[in-house]
Amino acid sequence: MRIGIDVGGTNTDAALMDGPAVVAACKSPTTADVGSGIVAVLRKLLDMTGVSVSQIQAVMIGTTHFTNAVVERKRLLEVAAVRLGLPATKGLPPMTDWPRDLADTLGRHTFMLRGGHEFDGRKIAPLDEAGLIGVARTIRMRGLRSAAVTSVFSPVTPEMELRAAEILKNEVPDITLSLSHEIGRVGFLERENASIMNASLADLSQKVVSSFRNALRELSIEAPFYISQNDGTLMTPDYVERYPVLTFASGPTNSMRGAATLAGEKEAMVVDIGGTTSDVGMLMQGFPRESAVAVDIGGVRTNFRMPDVLAIGLGGGSLVRDEGARIGPDSVGYEITSRALVFGGDTLTTTDIVVAAGLEDIGDRFRVAHIPAKTIETALDTMHRMVDEAVDRMKTSADPLPVILVGGGNILVSRDLPSASKVIRPENASVANAIGAAIAQVGGEVDRIFSLEGTSREVVLTGAKVEASERAARAGADPASVKIMDIEEVPLAYLPGSATRIRVKAVGDLVIG
Amino acid sequence: MKLTREHLADLAVGAAFLGTGGGGDPYVGRLMVQQYLDEGCEVELIDPQDIADDWLVVPTAMMGAPTVLVEKIPSGEEAIASLVRLEKRLGRMAHATMPIEIGGINSTIPLVVGARLGLPIVDADGMGRAFPFLEMETFGVYGVSGSPMAVSNEWGDCALIEAVDNRQMEWLSRAVAIRMGGCAYIAEYAMSGAEVKRTAIPNTLTLAIRIGEVLRKAHDEHRNPIEALLGFLPSTLYRYGRVIFSGKIVDVMRETRAGFTMGKALIEGIGHFHSQMEIEIQNENLIARVDGKVKAIVPDLISIMNTETAEPITSENLRYGQRVTVVAVSVPEIMRTPEALNVFGPSCFGLKEPFTSIEEID
Repeated sequence: MRIGIDVGGTNTDAALMDGPAVVAACKSPTTADVGSGIVAVLRKLLDMTGVSVSQIQAVMIGTTHFTNAVVERKRLLEVAAVRLGLPATKGLPPMTDWPRDLADTLGRHTFMLRGGHEFDGRKIAPLDEAGLIGVARTIRMRGLRSAAVTSVFSPVTPEMELRAAEILKNEVPDITLSLSHEIGRVGFLERENASIMNASLADLSQKVVSSFRNALRELSIEAPFYISQNDGTLMTPDYVERYPVLTFASGPTNSMRGAATLAGEKEAMVVDIGGTTSDVGMLMQGFPRESAVAVDIGGVRTNFRMPDVLAIGLGGGSLVRDEGARIGPDSVGYEITSRALVFGGDTLTTTDIVVAAGLEDIGDRFRVAHIPAKTIETALDTMHRMVDEAVDRMKTSADPLPVILVGGGNILVSRDLPSASKVIRPENASVANAIGAAIAQVGGEVDRIFSLEGTSREVVLTGAKVEASERAARAGADPASVKIMDIEEVPLAYLPGSATRIRVKAVGDLVIG
Repeated sequence: MKLTREHLADLAVGAAFLGTGGGGDPYVGRLMVQQYLDEGCEVELIDPQDIADDWLVVPTAMMGAPTVLVEKIPSGEEAIASLVRLEKRLGRMAHATMPIEIGGINSTIPLVVGARLGLPIVDADGMGRAFPFLEMETFGVYGVSGSPMAVSNEWGDCALIEAVDNRQMEWLSRAVAIRMGGCAYIAEYAMSGAEVKRTAIPNTLTLAIRIGEVLRKAHDEHRNPIEALLGFLPSTLYRYGRVIFSGKIVDVMRETRAGFTMGKALIEGIGHFHSQMEIEIQNENLIARVDGKVKAIVPDLISIMNTETAEPITSENLRYGQRVTVVAVSVPEIMRTPEALNVFGPSCFGLKEPFTSIEEID
């Protein structure tokens, strides 16, 4: 059996799973030290089920802790941001477009040296090794403990970052290093930003990972534990210690994957209806479709793969106007229990409509008895149309898909949706995050620009697939279960000749035991 | 006119609109200019009518793959080196620089050069939109030679190209750009102030800024941004624009041949737009058809915009399911003459249909 844990800002959730089945699930408040909240929720879970710790084979943890640290500018280290790329890249030094307060928190220790590669693997300049020794001296002098190293086109050719790491480690043996080719893909500033943020989390990641470790030890759970990353796959604790930034978007990913498991669907649309908005995202082969646009985290531009989620202004607290023809985007939010009509308030909300229609029994239904039937009907139509349009917009083909409804606001949808083949409301939807963590697989990715000169597209593609599969196996996947999930080819526009950017993602089942 | 940070944000949006799907993301160029502004440099636009006939104007630009540019960030010196090399070749100092292409990233490169050298930037360009080849310039159409041309990289390597015609210049320089890492920085079409007035499309930098501003304000004031944009155009040289279709993208096909993203987008009509619109893409949007009938054709602008936010969508970001509105805009007369159509009209892209202006199409 596996346990999935979601450490959120407010609650820590846990779910015990036997294969794909949810045995039990519960919640407990998140604590400042993280660990005692995990201990509390696990105790509760084990007490509920009577399962002994020896039956637990693996523990998977999802957390927003690192994202929150960056957003709050708290618990971050000062960072040496080392860039290899001169004479190119000089036009925009590291952290140019950062929010001032965050750059100040990290100390603005930036270094630019000769090095880097072209897209086709040629060197821009030989690595400035003497310069690196000078940087190491400054790092020692300033007492910095963490450094980020970013070299131009390192996703194609990582050798200079590796060599720079060797030199820095040699000169400053206790330094923690974040190498950009391990973190991001082509897109220099975004990858460098992510690497610097990662370096600033070096201390916190050690602390958080050891608090996870201690919590499990306190309960005598000896099973290995893993932490989930952006794309819904797992990382080992020592990998997270080194690359905490890769957990940044794991929350929405886990929630969508959890919903998929609960509903037993792999190709589906997930609609998470909250109090103010509904988030709509698409699952393909059980994984969320990823967004193509740059994402800001704590005000810093990154190119993490985030689930492509469309938010619309429809929730359980959305205001209903124009006799039901207009809904939202404003909402009474958490004040629903005082402002909605059924709770004695004076604002007509979507929840009031559902109660007035006799679909749900919430609050005092006599307070909504006066609403004209036509308004109720129009409002129900509008709500369903909004959800239906959002679902249709997120689809990648015209075929109808199953729609999985989660979130407290799912009561708003009571009818069939034209865009959906069926509408599913799974049980335990409130702990979808923890379930998503528990079922996570292990992945490997290749994302590089390949030159096709003197070779063929097929040869290059095959090589990329093999490499992605090997990476997945190295990360702990059962090699027999590894499958290629996704292949993306983007040829370089305005550049005749043959260079193309290829991204291959492979995933497999975690080897347990 | 002196540019501010806010102008730069508006320019990025307007340049994307005028890029008609291509031209590359202006993010890196915009950041570089922003940085110079923060350091106290000035970016001064000058109206082409206000420059002296005997001025030397040297346009600057980037050529190559925008995908490379976002990884190999420029040093900021490259385009300057090209400009300086041309000055040396011509034996004269430049009085100003100017964009060759208002669509996409190249709207920003001359601003970087101008800010650094303290040169004014002529508020005009030679494409009036985005095009894939360097010979596709009104400058060349009306007799300005692209050569001598300088192509530079971050090292200060510089190739000076003297070609027999502008098409040959494009062909040779493209090879140099690949050797320089897939992205290089150029100075070309050096010309006199009088030639600028005769051959350039005037006021396109301020046009791009105004387009961004009109869309932003409409958005802030909860007015329909696309209507606001169409209402604004008649006061410019791009005097006529209309919505030619609105609907949902139901298919996007893409493939690459010889450095071109070739493809098609199919849009299914919503509301009073019936049937399907097919848009043919070669980096930029070239032709829009409904049931085989042409609705707009290059060089007129065909911009695909997000129906709700009015954000222009680039070719690589088109996806199934997007709700889009297609806006066609008439380009200035200087871009529609027989001489101009010979250089960047439909036949230059292998299209069989003749050019018909958007005003003449029902």
